[in-house]
Amino acid sequence: MNFPSELKYTKDHEWIRLEGDTGVVGITEFAQQELGDIIYVDLKPAGSQISEHAIFGTIEAVKTVSDLFMPVSGTILEVNENLASDASVVNSDPYGKGWMVKIRLTNPSQAAQLLSAADYQTLVG
Amino acid sequence: MLKKTPFHHLHLAAGAKMVEFGGWDMPVQYKNGIVYEHHLVRTKAGIFDVSHMGEIEVKGKDAESFLNRISTNDVTKLVPGKAQYTAMCYEDGGIVDDMIIYKLPHYFMVVVNASNKDKDFDWMKKHLAGDVQLRDESDETALLAVQGPLAEQILQPLTPENLAEIPYYGFVTGKLAGTDMYISRTGYTGEPGFELYFYTDHAESVWNTLLEAGKPFGLEPVGLGCRDTLRTEMGYALYGNDIGRDRNPLEAGLGWITKFDKGEFNGRSALAALKESGLKKRLMGIVLDEKAIPRGHYEVTTLEGTPIGEVTSGTFSPTLEKGIAMAYLETPYAKEGNRVGIRIRNSVQPGTVVRFPFLKK
Repeated sequence: MNFPSELKYTKDHEWIRLEGDTGVVGITEFAQQELGDIIYVDLKPAGSQISEHAIFGTIEAVKTVSDLFMPVSGTILEVNENLASDASVVNSDPYGKGWMVKIRLTNPSQAAQLLSAADYQTLVG
Repeated sequence: MLKKTPFHHLHLAAGAKMVEFGGWDMPVQYKNGIVYEHHLVRTKAGIFDVSHMGEIEVKGKDAESFLNRISTNDVTKLVPGKAQYTAMCYEDGGIVDDMIIYKLPHYFMVVVNASNKDKDFDWMKKHLAGDVQLRDESDETALLAVQGPLAEQILQPLTPENLAEIPYYGFVTGKLAGTDMYISRTGYTGEPGFELYFYTDHAESVWNTLLEAGKPFGLEPVGLGCRDTLRTEMGYALYGNDIGRDRNPLEAGLGWITKFDKGEFNGRSALAALKESGLKKRLMGIVLDEKAIPRGHYEVTTLEGTPIGEVTSGTFSPTLEKGIAMAYLETPYAKEGNRVGIRIRNSVQPGTVVRFPFLKK
């Protein structure tokens, strides 16, 4: 499985690509494989302020529904509108076209607690 | 320790994702996923390992009267080569299990749900009457379901039996893929297809022969994930979801397998009283308008949010591309075309009540 080293990870299987005080958030390859066919992604709208570990959306797969948790506190700047018409890109390209939200970090120092790719890989075995 | 079917290592080799189901380690899907496998079965054919199902042989001079007494359908209507969908009920009308009874010239084979097999066997033993012998044949029996519009074309070259002559819920005893088996035109998908019962020691050779023969037709192994979406699109009840100890066949829409005119059977008087007093709820389908997926135990409401029922099976329908639910609705709301809601997280998602199957062919 692929866990790009430039990303940071959470134990809830989200990734974040940090760029200064903004970040792009999605779910990991491990998460999309566990969920199976993803049908809908329901995200909180741009402008929402969401705390670290709080829910920023839900993801509906054929077999199951799962909440999405914010890796760090932040304000949603943009949501990936393409997921509304084709959520399956989260399965096919979880780190690219399957991104979910772009956020502005409330407290960039929280990023220090995130997992490295190596730590995350150990976690999911 | 989870139980393994004789095909377990073949599933792993084929890249299956395994899950626990009724005490068994079973393939939920292979590499291409549930939606792909679902469409494969609807358009071509898929092969399911359902060897976790239980098979109980019922023999003896009084086997027929015994089975007729413990089941809701009329076993006396069966002739050798025919099978019957039926249920066993508790005295209060609750359901012990749903099952298929196959009639052979000198005995019956009862096929039951994996998770209920031991309970069913004990229940049968407890109600034994007359000259009847029970034998649990589950461990020696492999069961593959080949389902889909191309199933017959794929299987016909592998057997001297004329498959076209086997009617729905009919079966023959014969050779297929060089192996003695029951070839049964039954299934749980709503597609044409066959279920093949044979001894486990032939498991690997039959599996390989079927897949090889099916390759030009697109046949692939498919998992329990699409088995569930396929059966839900047809509105077929699943024990543990839609039917169970606290559900009865009448409210579940299984009145057609409940034969009051056949004489006494377990649960008859409770069910007759229920019928007389009027059913309080009904198992119906709901199709949601918007992008949302109902799940088991979600609350069904009026559009205004008043509770009127409960979802027992819910999924995304790959064919309709909508969320669908099987749900018990209070009788006044259980009408085709009625508008209802399903509470999904913080909102009431609107939908329409439909009769089964969801998929009108």
